[in-house]
Amino acid sequence: MLNTLVAVCIAYALFLFAIAFAAERIAAHGQARWLRSPAVYTLSLSIYCTAWTFYGAVGSAVRTGFEYLAIYLGPSLVLIGWWWILRKLVRIGRSQRITSVADLVSSRYGKSNLLAVGVTILAVIGTTPYIALQLQSVTLSFEAFSAGQVILGEEKGHTALWVAAGLALFTVIFGTRNLDANERHNGVVMAIAVEAVVKLFALLAVGVFVVWGLGGGLSETLARIDASDLGHWRIDGGRWAGVMLLSAAAFLCLPRIFQVLVVENDNETHLRTASWAFPLYLGLMSLFVVPIAVIGLDLLPAGSNPDLFVLTLPLSQGQGELAVLSFLGGFSSATSMVIVAAIALSTMVSNHVVMPLWLRFAEPGATVSGDVRGVVLLARRLSIIGVVMLGYLYYRLSGGGEALATIGFVSFAGVAQVLPAMLGGIFWRGASKAGAFTGLILGFVVWNYTLFLPSFGPGVLMPESWFLGGPLGIGFLRPQAMFGLTDMDPLLHAFFWSMSVNTGGFIIVSLLSFPQPLERLQGAQFVNVFEHSTGPRSWTGNVAQSEDLMIMAQRILGARDAQDLFEREAERQGGRGPLPDVTPQFLETLERELAGSVGAATAHAMVGQIVGGMSVSVEDLMAVADETAQMMEYSARLEAQSQELARTAAQLREANTKLTRLSVQKDAFLSQISHELRTPMTSIRAFSEILRDTAGLSAEEKTKYASIIHDEAIRLTRLLDDLLDLSVLENGQVNLNLRQGLLSDVLDRAVAAAAADEAGRRLDIRRDRAAEQIVLHTDLDRLSQVFINLIANARKYCDAPQPRLEIRVRAGTRLAIDFTDNGSGVAAEAQDVIFEKFSRVSDQKAGGAGLGLAICRQIVTRLGGDITYVPGRGGASFRVSLPAELAIAAQ
Amino acid sequence: MSKHVLLIEDEPNIIEAISFILSREGLSVETHSDGTTANDKLRGANPDLLILDVMLPGKSGYDILRELRADPLTAELPVLMLTARGQTRDREMAEREGVSAFMSKPFANSEMLDMVRSLLNGAPKEA
Repeated sequence: MLNTLVAVCIAYALFLFAIAFAAERIAAHGQARWLRSPAVYTLSLSIYCTAWTFYGAVGSAVRTGFEYLAIYLGPSLVLIGWWWILRKLVRIGRSQRITSVADLVSSRYGKSNLLAVGVTILAVIGTTPYIALQLQSVTLSFEAFSAGQVILGEEKGHTALWVAAGLALFTVIFGTRNLDANERHNGVVMAIAVEAVVKLFALLAVGVFVVWGLGGGLSETLARIDASDLGHWRIDGGRWAGVMLLSAAAFLCLPRIFQVLVVENDNETHLRTASWAFPLYLGLMSLFVVPIAVIGLDLLPAGSNPDLFVLTLPLSQGQGELAVLSFLGGFSSATSMVIVAAIALSTMVSNHVVMPLWLRFAEPGATVSGDVRGVVLLARRLSIIGVVMLGYLYYRLSGGGEALATIGFVSFAGVAQVLPAMLGGIFWRGASKAGAFTGLILGFVVWNYTLFLPSFGPGVLMPESWFLGGPLGIGFLRPQAMFGLTDMDPLLHAFFWSMSVNTGGFIIVSLLSFPQPLERLQGAQFVNVFEHSTGPRSWTGNVAQSEDLMIMAQRILGARDAQDLFEREAERQGGRGPLPDVTPQFLETLERELAGSVGAATAHAMVGQIVGGMSVSVEDLMAVADETAQMMEYSARLEAQSQELARTAAQLREANTKLTRLSVQKDAFLSQISHELRTPMTSIRAFSEILRDTAGLSAEEKTKYASIIHDEAIRLTRLLDDLLDLSVLENGQVNLNLRQGLLSDVLDRAVAAAAADEAGRRLDIRRDRAAEQIVLHTDLDRLSQVFINLIANARKYCDAPQPRLEIRVRAGTRLAIDFTDNGSGVAAEAQDVIFEKFSRVSDQKAGGAGLGLAICRQIVTRLGGDITYVPGRGGASFRVSLPAELAIAAQ
Repeated sequence: MSKHVLLIEDEPNIIEAISFILSREGLSVETHSDGTTANDKLRGANPDLLILDVMLPGKSGYDILRELRADPLTAELPVLMLTARGQTRDREMAEREGVSAFMSKPFANSEMLDMVRSLLNGAPKEA
């Protein structure tokens, strides 16, 4: 029988190996969709049901009635009622690339490795007995099969050792395939899911056999239950609630649960399915517990271990196959727990204990050559073996006796000490590292004193006198009756005091201490994870060398992944080279990637070594720590405003440039007007003095000088007329003298007046008389004044060897009269100011006072049209356009 | 031997007036009205005194003054500058470029004569 069992065990183990291997293969081929289904996720959560619950639930029902239900109800409550907590945990785990409970706490409280080490130690101490418990249950179930055959202590040890070694091997092979602990272990998860099915099926099969095979049907069985002691509701309500609360707390904090719940999760929506499916699973698991207990008590000889009823009941009835199935169920429960716990613990130990030590002692730190991946993997594998062997050692040393039976709750209460720091961390911004540390230490000490050490029994690790009279005879410090709480159940007593002291210390110290910048940043990240799922901006870049980071990243992520990451980042930054610039954003991304492999604290330390110390600027703090959403909205508004301001500023600059140019023009004009006035006055004064003071001037000379005085006086008058004309036009005081006339006549007059200068040089003017036969109804004199000005300008300023002016008339929706010469035209920068008054094309070219075009513009505007410079026509080109109503085409 | 005066000015009537006044005092007056060629003209004419307008076509009087002061041949030449823009800024600019005397238009003929005489006698005097 035993040999068959061993064979079955080995076959089952091989089966698990095959499943895990197949799952890895499928995942490697990218066809892992169904591997990542909500069903697999839910089933993987079933590692909550260990051998302790598989076998122990019946034992618990025998001993304490329905208390076992509380153990199932706690997690169900968490999944159904605290769904939002889990969702937040999962979101944080994914956005921060959390690798374990310790990593979560450490990351939240400023990536403190001290906290991580604390949680790791707590987890190891809390989990080791639990692993021992699994080994024990496997050993006991072997024993059950060998009824009659006495298994010696030595052989017992062998069984446990073989199981431990096999589990360690499996875990090393499938639990450390990828370095990134944040990636899914597809093989392991799949194997666990299969084991979940096996243990559920086994328990249901036994249950069905017991109810219908032994109990004589449903109603018969129910009657037997009613008749038994178990039918009576004999539950201490306080203990019941306490156990439920305890298992709920443990469910959130147990490293192995956290591993499958958060770390292995790759889709938040799976939680939705798990929130009803997992309670359902637990319900099925507990369905036949009471019938098995009642029938077992009836049929099996008195004194049988109720913890093994699930196994011994079919055995006693000669149902060997069913017993083997049941054994496999228990075996599955035990192995899956050990595997996942070993993975979770090894991640913690290697990331928070081994790697920091290695980093410290491997001079000069992270930049030395060699593959860190090897170190990390080795650390993790050794940790797995260490954890499993620690469990084995514990089992051997504790003697595998009754002491282990109670260890489940002891372990629960131990890991639950993480709860205040965890929940506080994700819901309370004020939670500080000092507070978390204080709470953990206090809770750990109280748990040790009131539950863990006493759990070995009086006189083993704690003197018996302490139980009775307290240490040194101090009565209110009795470990199971602190401060006079004498009547309380020891478990609840310990749970109550450890959690109270833990939570109290956590809150008080958090309130009293001021969190460091990084803690505040991470706090904001965690508490407001749904508002912003980006990392904290905690790095100031540009000190670090991209190459150094690349070398380090390659050694942790592997050459290909690291190169991919760097290339991706470089591309995202705008892609100037193969290496990205060391921006704070890049460093955060890199750090998060590394955190997936070595944990947040170590990743932070490694990047810190290269970047040369991290710093959190006040701005960074402001940006993230304080109501980021509001800040972002505010900053978006600010940005919009600043863009608007920039636009306005640009317009103002433009206007200012124009104003400055005009002001320069105006200054120039004042000089010019002074010059224009003083020049004729100089001649007038000089010649009038000559006429007055010089004796003996000839009559001819007198006439000549007098006529010079006369001409200059006229010139002065003309200048003043222009100024006045412009002033009148600008003030809108002009009266238009509207008449009807032909455009060609107006042009004729203008050409006659302006085409020739005093010296008689004529400007060559080209016209198309046919097009000019347009009757106008406007102020013909003013229009003529404009034309004269334009023609005179062409004569004065056209710099071609043979100056020529073309006048073209086009009638359309508007009447356009273009004056285009063949000179070099007006410089582009001057085109927009030539119509301003006081504007002169250049100082050098003598001529008017720069009023002509300004006057023209005023006149044309008064006439309802406009005058523009037409660029790109070769020479200077002016267009006078008039509204069509003024023009009536002749004939 | 009569002293030689070069007048650089672009306004024909002013040229005529100054030429008349100085000629009657027995000075020989040569005139030029283009700014760009003024310095070439100056080297050829070799005058005892230069009367220089500020606003000239092609080149300003300041530029002409700067160039002639930089030339050792004419560095010590007395220069009387005339301007129709009598702002203090113009006067300061002229002084910076090393003018000997400065007059705003319009001027009294007698003042002009006094100034020319004193400059020719080697005693520059501000008007």
